[in-house]
Amino acid sequence: MNLETIITHSPALIVAVPLLGAFLTPLVGKINDKLRNVFVILTVGLTTFFVFLLANDIFSSGNIRTYVFGGGTPITDGGFAIRILFEVDGLNAFMAIIASILALACVIYSWAFMKENTGLDKYYTLILLMVAGMFGMILTGDMFNFFVFLEITSISSCVLIAFWTNKGKAVDAGFKYIVISATGALFILFAIAILYSQYNALNMAFLANSIQYTFLDKIALVLLIAGLAMKAGIVPMHMWLPDAYGRAPSSVTLILVGATQVSLYGVLRMTFTLYGSQLTIPLKQIGDTSITMNGLLGITLIALALITILVGVLMALKQTDFKRLIAFAAVGEIGYIVLAIGAGLTAMGTSYGNMAFRGGIFHIINDALDVGLLFLVAGAIYYATKQTSLNQMGGLSRNMKYTTVFFLIGLLAVAGMPPMNGFASKLLIYQSTYQVNPIIAIVAILCSILLLAVFVKVFHSAFLGPKLPKFKDVKDVPKSMLLAMGIIACFIIFFGLFPEFVVNNLVKPAADAIINNTNYITTVIGGAVP
Amino acid sequence: MSGMSKIVKTISSITFPFVTIYGLYVIAHGHLTPGGGFQGGAVVASGCAMILVAYGSVWTMGKIKEKHLSVLESFGAIGFIGLAFLGLIFGTMFFKNFLVGNDFLFGEIGKGLSNISTAGALPLMNFAVGLKVIAGLFGIVLVMAYTTKAKGGKIE
Repeated sequence: MNLETIITHSPALIVAVPLLGAFLTPLVGKINDKLRNVFVILTVGLTTFFVFLLANDIFSSGNIRTYVFGGGTPITDGGFAIRILFEVDGLNAFMAIIASILALACVIYSWAFMKENTGLDKYYTLILLMVAGMFGMILTGDMFNFFVFLEITSISSCVLIAFWTNKGKAVDAGFKYIVISATGALFILFAIAILYSQYNALNMAFLANSIQYTFLDKIALVLLIAGLAMKAGIVPMHMWLPDAYGRAPSSVTLILVGATQVSLYGVLRMTFTLYGSQLTIPLKQIGDTSITMNGLLGITLIALALITILVGVLMALKQTDFKRLIAFAAVGEIGYIVLAIGAGLTAMGTSYGNMAFRGGIFHIINDALDVGLLFLVAGAIYYATKQTSLNQMGGLSRNMKYTTVFFLIGLLAVAGMPPMNGFASKLLIYQSTYQVNPIIAIVAILCSILLLAVFVKVFHSAFLGPKLPKFKDVKDVPKSMLLAMGIIACFIIFFGLFPEFVVNNLVKPAADAIINNTNYITTVIGGAVP
Repeated sequence: MSGMSKIVKTISSITFPFVTIYGLYVIAHGHLTPGGGFQGGAVVASGCAMILVAYGSVWTMGKIKEKHLSVLESFGAIGFIGLAFLGLIFGTMFFKNFLVGNDFLFGEIGKGLSNISTAGALPLMNFAVGLKVIAGLFGIVLVMAYTTKAKGGKIE
């Protein structure tokens, strides 16, 4: 079996290996707890290996890889697109890299963090199921398959949010999450049904080729964006997010951050690949100005994004619970991504529109890493002191040296300070939104400064100050947790020091996949696209 | 949950084999008739739930533990994924139906019984799903019945 064979089969293996591992975990757990932990880390490690192999191939060659389950061609003889298909282009590979980094950090972190809990067989099974669901959502090229993996992700993450059932509020947060995500999933299912009834196909490339942009299609687009925005936590639908992020175990929160980003990927894929060729068609002519779909959608998204940023940052200012504070900051960070997508939509086709897409996509990976690192630090502090309230903490930098350094890295990155990765992507977003409207860029910069203020306050109240007597015996966290935080911190510093390299090699292929959907369609359909 | 009267117990014992056989029939013919692994599994699991209601959860828990059911469930899921992996190993693609077009699975019997072996690996996948659904659904019902027992205050 040579390398080419492995790369050919890796789209299927990336989903299949965690799925097989998930069901083997309870059996391995019967033998030994340590063996089970090693087994889970090996499973996720193998998946990460496949992801990087596949991503390396996609980014270096620029090809799009398809994988048809059960063999055969994607389109059968009569022109029916009935086979289940995985299609991997630059955007898919980019998202898969994010998911794999987060998954690997999560399982390494869990070794020490979850050691004192019972029911860990089920915990690891659900983690692997959630990872498999996330990869499925990322890699699939089939609408209904997307829905199925979305449901797998939301059901397993609901149970994981409520994992600490002895803390009653966790169950409450889990219930809130399942209600919101079930509603969102129903929206998406309805949209898929609308598309299927018109075009008799579920294949994304086939649909994108034959879409007519009827009235029903517009309804489907709105439903898809609304459903996925619920899962992503954009402001009117954000109330589940602080509860879920705040109450779940920190290792779970890390993967939840990934699941949120994957929902944003869904928005990008649905809007730009499915409706890509029809977005610039004028809707209505009023006097000299014609209203186009991309302008309307873009302005709506920009408005939502600005509210999201403001609400997220202002709510973060007044929180005293550490994890809840980071959760509101995460809401604000998602706002920046949506802002970039909206700005790119309004200015579609121009050079700064493309720059906005690049900034937005780059910010997806930066947000996942920065917020993820902060959540891991919050988990580490909880592990060491059993405190979540900022009012009870103080002077922790004297006992927890490494954790303090990691928090400082996360703080600078999330606030967009120059040596870290957050700066590179936020600069791209500011530059491009300034061209759309200077006020947007000003609000974005102001909120970023406020975010810095929030985290400086946290840094002061938790880490600085005199040594508190009650934390006299506190030690730094075990090695596995430090290793997990270290992996993410390394990526943050690397992306911050070489943004040019990352933008050219990782972000640009992904942004090109958004801007132009022709390759995505021709790979499956073959021949000319009308 | 305690057991019910002798009449209910007797009738449940008599009907249980019929329900089970019907469920197994639906699983085995999943590729030929409406239904399949999930539907047949649900039928068998509801038969088990009937026994559970008639005899009570304490008696049933004495016969079969929920731990064993969860192991069975894992085996069902592993069987399904494993068959998909076998498609990759013996065939060309993941989920490739590597057994289709030969009589390896049921041999001469398959030809006799209305050509049962026409679908290659699909019956095996149906068996795996059926096993998972039987064990999973029955496990859920069993645990729910067993934990509600304490609410009434008396254990029988």
